[in-house]
Amino acid sequence: MSISLKNRSLISISDYTPEEICHVLDIAEDFEKNPHQNLLNGRIIASLFFEPSTRTRLSFETAIQLLGGNVIGFSSTAGTSIQKGESLADTITMVASYADLIVMRNPIEGSARFASEVSKVPVINAGDGANQHPTQCMLDLYSIRKTQGTLENLEITLVGDLKYGRTVHSLVEAMCNFNAKFNLVSPVELKLPSVVKQHIKDRNLEYHQYTELEDAIPHSDIIYMTRIQRERFPDPEEYEKVKNSYVLRNAMLENSKPNCRVLHPLPRVNEIHVDVDANPKAYYFQQAQNGVYARQALIASILGLK
Amino acid sequence: MEKRKELTVSAIENGTVIDHIPADKVFQVVKILGLEKVSNPVYFGTNVESKKYGTKGFIKVSNKYFELEDVNKIALVAPTASIIEIKDFEVIKKQTVSIPERIEHIVKCFNPNCVTNKEHDVPTKFTVIKDAQGNIKLHCHYCEKNTTQDKLEFI
Repeated sequence: MSISLKNRSLISISDYTPEEICHVLDIAEDFEKNPHQNLLNGRIIASLFFEPSTRTRLSFETAIQLLGGNVIGFSSTAGTSIQKGESLADTITMVASYADLIVMRNPIEGSARFASEVSKVPVINAGDGANQHPTQCMLDLYSIRKTQGTLENLEITLVGDLKYGRTVHSLVEAMCNFNAKFNLVSPVELKLPSVVKQHIKDRNLEYHQYTELEDAIPHSDIIYMTRIQRERFPDPEEYEKVKNSYVLRNAMLENSKPNCRVLHPLPRVNEIHVDVDANPKAYYFQQAQNGVYARQALIASILGLK
Repeated sequence: MEKRKELTVSAIENGTVIDHIPADKVFQVVKILGLEKVSNPVYFGTNVESKKYGTKGFIKVSNKYFELEDVNKIALVAPTASIIEIKDFEVIKKQTVSIPERIEHIVKCFNPNCVTNKEHDVPTKFTVIKDAQGNIKLHCHYCEKNTTQDKLEFI
């Protein structure tokens, strides 16, 4: 059966079936071997970033240029008609008439789904507030499959802010399709929400909650670290209480499995000590690089070029 | 016979009787349906004895029949309610409300950062999730957050 993602917007990782996700990962693998492919041949991709972003925007724009495409758009709303009060629907309708595909980051939750309903061209969600960030999930899956050789039957340890971290929620949802076992390591205040835990329960998969990171390390295939986000805490005192809850140091990886890899969506603050960076099990910078291939694969698939 | 007895309390010639409303939800149903603003005669009762539910409330609205969208609104707060249409003092239609699988344009999303609350003219859309205890949650099509029953706010 051939899989086509032509004209299929990607708003939430659950929009794609596990087979479709694996199809994108296969294409990404091809782009990693051969990143310069002039498939877009001058096509125009709109990159609409309503709030600042470093990795996501730059890796999308790199992906577009490697594919021989042109980018239009903005990296903040300063000086745009949005500041004059233009509605999202009007902005999207206008941009959709200029571009072949829209990549959008917007702090308003649900804005990407709405944009995909308004737009005549497909939309890729590059993050809609605390809701979804499916391309990050795609590159996380790519990194997991690349380092482990499979997505099936892995033990994933998720560390830090499991409550607000949207990448964690998407990753749990996606890995539930591949018979994963989950270790959840977080302060009590930042536990995985029950609605996300329900995905694990619905699939009858195993999960364990830990308060000590050391207890989960020896049997983990993937250690997925996250930043505790200051901006999520209305009370600065509450943030101070939990900000240093988990710091991964190189010595802690001594008893880890040989195939174990440390992932982080970045940016990190202090949750991974710099002494881990030189350890071959540290994979977060390659993970960020994989974002380019995953995004090339998505753009090419959605435009029906792969 | 018993139905006849109940209707004679304040029988209406034409219109709608909303029966079997949970006793504590009558005023909410009145508000949801905007009945405090209509010019039709409206009668209501609450804490009325009910064989089936112990107590109940009811509303009778003369010369008015409800659209499906209004019935949906009732189902969210009064899932046990029945809608009885009356013509020439006779019951012409009786239906029990059922909570639809999808709710559109009726309820606000509780999430202040949802696109339906931030942008003008983005109608709300929810999928109804019912748990084993019968509690209802509305899953927002846009922001993917669940609005629980205690946070229901009608548009």
